[in-house]
Amino acid sequence: MNGSTAVADNYLSHGRGFRSWFFTLDHKRIGVMYLASIFFFLILGGFFAMLIRTELLTPGRTIMDADTYNQVFTLHGAVMIFLFIIPGIPAAFGNFVLPVMLGAKDVAFPRLNLLSYHLYVVGAIFSVVSILLGAVDTGWTFYTPYSTTTHTSVVSMTLGAFILGFSSIFTGINFIVTIHRMRPPGMSWNRLPLFLWALYSTAIIQILATPVLGITLLLLIVERLLGIGIFDPALGGDPVLYQHFFWFYSHPAVYIMILPAMGVMSELISVFSRKHIFGYKAIAYSSVAIAVLSFLVWGHHMFTSGQSDLGNMIFSALTFSVAIPSAIKVFNWLATMYKGSIRLDTPMLYALSFLLLFGIGGLTGLFLGALATDVHLHDTYFVVAHFHYTMMGGVLIAFLGAMHYWWPKMFGRMYSEKAGRLAAFLVFVGFNLTFFSQFVMGSQGMPRRYYNYVDRFQSYHVLSTIGAYVLAIAFVVLAGNLIHSLFRGRKAPANPWGSATLEWMCASPPPHDNFAEPPEAGDPYDLEHLVYDESIGGYAPRTAREGA
Amino acid sequence: MSDIRSTTENGSRETESLGHVVPLRVLLAVWFALVLLSLATVGAVRVDLGSLNLWIALAIAFVKATLVGLYFMHLRYDQPFHAIALVGSLLFVVLFVGLALLDTTHYQHEMIPGYAPAVRP
Amino acid sequence: MRRLENGAAHEIPHHFATPRQAYESGKLGMWIFLATEVLLFGGLFAAYAVYRGNHPEIFIYAHRFLDSRLGALNTLILITSSLTMAWAVRSAQLGNRRLLTLLLALTLLGGCAFLGVKVVEYEHKWKHGLLWGKRYRPHPAETAQEHPSAAEVLREAPLGDRTNIPPAAIGPSGLAFSADETRAGHADAEEPRNVQLFFGVYFAMTGLHGLHVVAGLLVIGWVFVRLRGGAYGPSNFEAVDRAGLYWHLVDLIWIFLFPLLYLIH
Repeated sequence: MNGSTAVADNYLSHGRGFRSWFFTLDHKRIGVMYLASIFFFLILGGFFAMLIRTELLTPGRTIMDADTYNQVFTLHGAVMIFLFIIPGIPAAFGNFVLPVMLGAKDVAFPRLNLLSYHLYVVGAIFSVVSILLGAVDTGWTFYTPYSTTTHTSVVSMTLGAFILGFSSIFTGINFIVTIHRMRPPGMSWNRLPLFLWALYSTAIIQILATPVLGITLLLLIVERLLGIGIFDPALGGDPVLYQHFFWFYSHPAVYIMILPAMGVMSELISVFSRKHIFGYKAIAYSSVAIAVLSFLVWGHHMFTSGQSDLGNMIFSALTFSVAIPSAIKVFNWLATMYKGSIRLDTPMLYALSFLLLFGIGGLTGLFLGALATDVHLHDTYFVVAHFHYTMMGGVLIAFLGAMHYWWPKMFGRMYSEKAGRLAAFLVFVGFNLTFFSQFVMGSQGMPRRYYNYVDRFQSYHVLSTIGAYVLAIAFVVLAGNLIHSLFRGRKAPANPWGSATLEWMCASPPPHDNFAEPPEAGDPYDLEHLVYDESIGGYAPRTAREGA
Repeated sequence: MSDIRSTTENGSRETESLGHVVPLRVLLAVWFALVLLSLATVGAVRVDLGSLNLWIALAIAFVKATLVGLYFMHLRYDQPFHAIALVGSLLFVVLFVGLALLDTTHYQHEMIPGYAPAVRP
Repeated sequence: MRRLENGAAHEIPHHFATPRQAYESGKLGMWIFLATEVLLFGGLFAAYAVYRGNHPEIFIYAHRFLDSRLGALNTLILITSSLTMAWAVRSAQLGNRRLLTLLLALTLLGGCAFLGVKVVEYEHKWKHGLLWGKRYRPHPAETAQEHPSAAEVLREAPLGDRTNIPPAAIGPSGLAFSADETRAGHADAEEPRNVQLFFGVYFAMTGLHGLHVVAGLLVIGWVFVRLRGGAYGPSNFEAVDRAGLYWHLVDLIWIFLFPLLYLIH
């Protein structure tokens, strides 16, 4: 309970050696392994991004030929989506934090959790093998008939994604059951931390949408291996049906990505504004609303693909409706900050970046959801910029915020605040430089996925590439800072930020079993009773006498 | 599944109350109803009712599924949330099928070279 | 109080407080898994609906190559094996080990019989080249002899009447052929176009279902093997229960597949 518990036995020192990690049932170790793997693939995906941006510095060939370029942007998309951003926050931070936030010893099914990680590894291996066998060049969406005619290793990549889907489903099952059945005494649904509400909503999508991806990819594999003819137009199949299948999963999937990010935001904004979250119920229920609405809008990816006009109109109208719960969240976060005593620590800098960038990303989404505008903007860099503002400006930024927020808890070390802020600043600048220029050139007609372009777009492309390099530097600073902290950082107190959720009530890093006795849960956003204690360098509950 | 290896044979009173034992009579009656309904589906298809045939077949299948769910799968005696999970998943299937079917009247004959009909000038 | 319960039930996993919590968690997890299975098949049902909606003539023509007697037989087999499974759960709950063994054996037998019938059906399709997409190579004369009803359909009405697809506009913007042409084009044909679509859908649906039957048999077989070690009793029937839920789901899916594939009117 108190910050000075320098427990000899924490989860990091509980058992040594490769096997004690790779076959552990401890959700915290699984979370850390996920974090390491996911970060590795973030770097790999980022490497592909650098290749893309460098190639686009000049029209025509810069460093690679057109076929290689097709492969590189496909790999950038597939690696980032399937290996980084979908598992991202839930699998790494969700696994680590969820049971501790619930005061539980573990998730409901620890073996399933481990299996989920192992499947992630297997899926990742298939994806990497596909890169070696002749990288896919269809775009990460594997649209037919591209994917039925290309000679690249579609089967290996889709099999990888199929397996990763199971990994995601198992995580979802674990989260739902754990939240349903393992809440501690005193934690009613209305006292569930908002991060858990977000993970719960995410899990709903993982459960209901991922199987459809499974069957889609399975049919695609069968299509390539046996020629079953369901999606292949040469055999009478229907490529638009493939798009329906694919987006029935892949649109909800973007909410698998963004919902946990929103959950992180709710935690960060409240803690670093030193204020109770505003509109708890509105934020909680809007997460579930987003989860449900996310299933009703997939057709907005297909406005120009020959879908029926009625379908277009329905999907367009429903797309606008997703803006409502998203805006509810943003307004509540702003209201939480209003008159709070805001502290600009590194996680909060990421949270503020999120607010701005996600705001831009969300609003440009409305442009694309409008039928007439979409015909103009479809498949241009405007779309690229839009989804990078939501996926990178939203999810990746929140991922980094979460990483800086929970880092002391996970590894028991504080990083350098100065370097952390510098990295956050560089990420913000580099990101906007990279993608804002893409909004401009997209609206002027620069198509996405093109290898070549006319000269008048070059200045935008150069700006964008410079921004990408700034981002690369930012990541070097960020990673250097965090790695340095592991060895040289000051020991973290149990509660460095003064948050009231349960994970900050056990030591940093937490002991093997988290809590000996399930703690009594109170209001997760009642920050008033936590006061800063110089002697431990962190926050501690005001004792009863002081409080009175 | 395997991590819920549970209690000892001489479990406490609490463990004995786990789950509901469905009476054999009910199980057999449900089986009998299922067989009858299966025969009914086969019979119904012999009567030509136009597009109604499909809906009748689906309705019978739905009734059969409900019987299996309620009695064989214990939904009637279980936590309501389990039924919500099943019905919810079915609703999402209906949603998927329904919205995908919106395109039905918008398809044209295949346009593959060699298959496409001649275009009139 | 909590500690007392922990003491009483020392074999539940350490992170659960009570046997009830462990039981309810496992059951909920299983149900959510079943929900994912429903969605997995949901995709195939969507493909079915879309193709049947667009090309009813293919479905009407091609379903006659399926033997609805064998389909009905399989339905009865699966329903009965579902009964024995539900009964097996009951006998596990009541601690009747001998009955449990017998019923699980019967369930396994039912599953194998189902697969056996399926093999007979698949073999027939294989022999006649009635396969999916690329491999659809029917032997019309032979097949027509064996399935006179299929040839009948073709004689009954021009197929242009049976499709939902509106005749395309005539002009430079679209596909151009008039309604008459559609009809004329099809009436001469021996069979509707793209019949392989039906068999693609048929093999995808029954194939995935068959895989689930195999998986179900493996799970029940595992339960059955562990039974000989005396693993289950009245307070310890979860594995039987979970295997049962899975088996019933397999049954549920077949309940819908049977009329949709075999009994098209």
